[in-house]
Amino acid sequence: MMRDPKVRLRGAIAIVGAGESDELGRLPHKSALTLHMEAAHNALADAGLRKEDVDAVFTAGRNMANEVPEYLGIRPRYVDGTQMGGCSFMAHVEHAMAGIAAGLFEVALITHGESGYSRVGMPATRWGEDSNNAQFELIYGHAGPTTGYGLVATRHMHVYGTTKEQMAEVAVATRKWAALNPRAFMREPITIEDVLTSRLIAWPFNLLDCCLVTDGGGAIVVTSAERAKDLRKQPVYVLGTGEAVSHQMVSQMPNFDRWDAAIVSGARAFAMAGVSHRDIDLCELYDAFTIVPILAVEALGFCKPGEGGPFLSGQRTAPGGDFPMNTNGGGLSYTHTGMYGMFAIVEAVRQLRGECGARQVPNAKIALCHGTGGTWSSAATLILGTEIP
Amino acid sequence: MAIKPTPETRPFWEAAKRRELRVQRCQDCGCHYFYPRPMCPYCLSRNVAWVTCSGRGRLHTFVINYRPPRHFPAQEPYILGIVELEEGPRLMTNIVGVEPDPKAVRCDMPVEVVFEDLDEQFALPKFRPIS
Ligand SMILES: [Zn+2]
Repeated sequence: MMRDPKVRLRGAIAIVGAGESDELGRLPHKSALTLHMEAAHNALADAGLRKEDVDAVFTAGRNMANEVPEYLGIRPRYVDGTQMGGCSFMAHVEHAMAGIAAGLFEVALITHGESGYSRVGMPATRWGEDSNNAQFELIYGHAGPTTGYGLVATRHMHVYGTTKEQMAEVAVATRKWAALNPRAFMREPITIEDVLTSRLIAWPFNLLDCCLVTDGGGAIVVTSAERAKDLRKQPVYVLGTGEAVSHQMVSQMPNFDRWDAAIVSGARAFAMAGVSHRDIDLCELYDAFTIVPILAVEALGFCKPGEGGPFLSGQRTAPGGDFPMNTNGGGLSYTHTGMYGMFAIVEAVRQLRGECGARQVPNAKIALCHGTGGTWSSAATLILGTEIP
Repeated sequence: MAIKPTPETRPFWEAAKRRELRVQRCQDCGCHYFYPRPMCPYCLSRNVAWVTCSGRGRLHTFVINYRPPRHFPAQEPYILGIVELEEGPRLMTNIVGVEPDPKAVRCDMPVEVVFEDLDEQFALPKFRPIS
């Protein structure tokens, strides 16, 4: 059997800096570009690098690949504005790996800033009236993520018997992590009953099944494993990566009871990393809605198709549980700007460096980050480690 | 909210106004597909034609939306569904003629098309349960 050619890139690059914007939450006094700037500044300071060291800039969003370098005063010789929704930043890590391995640049800044709640300095996101989205989905009252992600939850419940209680388990465990994170937006403890009786948004989702809507930014700095050795912080090596896209309009989703893009991205990441599921010490699984990690653990191969609900139940993903997941409080309780993926990476980096204080997962050596974009449209997976196996 | 077709989608909307549900069928591989476009998404053939559907299908999945977006006039919760047509393609629609209650609606229930006039020019295909 031929080896995946990506295997030779295992450990080729490392994340050497990570940071968020100075503030997270509801920030009507800051524009999206300022949130980019703060995060980029903090990530570079974390790495002990100057902006002159950056020769590639990666970001997602309309026009951002032009705007962000200008705003930061960086003249990159390489830019990537790949926009595949909230997991774009995970995909950027794979793209940066390719560019660094090819010798096209040495230090890449991957940055995210979004005024998702306050909408300050944000480009309009509405589809044009003559788009296929407007004609064939929005005309029926499709409300975007709440209805789009719900269509999969309903089908999963029908095919596999997944319950609303199992979805609520995810929200409750995630809130327990948030209680340990001073920067989390929602920190009050909640019960399964609280989730099930919170206001209905789009059945089968109640309010507490849905992520937050916040403003914020995050950034990471990546460079070659070679260069990483001389920098301030312990390098976090990129062991495996994968990305995939399957559709744009949710009505075109090939299967409504599984996450096709994640099946592809997860398999690619595991094949490259050469680690097994038992080796993963913690997971940061993009939780736009409680159903998303349930399909993620199935797609990534932690359990069989249909078993995601029982697999994540019994509070085993909460602090002290044997499957630590979304240790910052996730999109459900920590922050969710609209493109959450960056925050999953930042948290994984901090956990692997042992910087997480009260919420630190003991002896964390290998972390998996996994995200979604659009409405189950895309997926990207990263496996990160403190050492190159 | 108004419908603004493109040249590629206009035949679908003109048929809907005539109470006809039309999709495209690839003359080379035989697949029916939706949404309208002048190339088969399965085999990339451009040899495609419009055909009229039976109007019957099954409700593949659904949500009951309590928070209509700004552009949508609903006052009451409504059912947003994905219907799989007998011919194969799936499309988003509203399920009408049944209570918006998860006890009354179920995945895989048989449905048939009904057309609701949106304005003088356009009609929307929606679906209702059949026993
Ligand atoms: Zn064809």
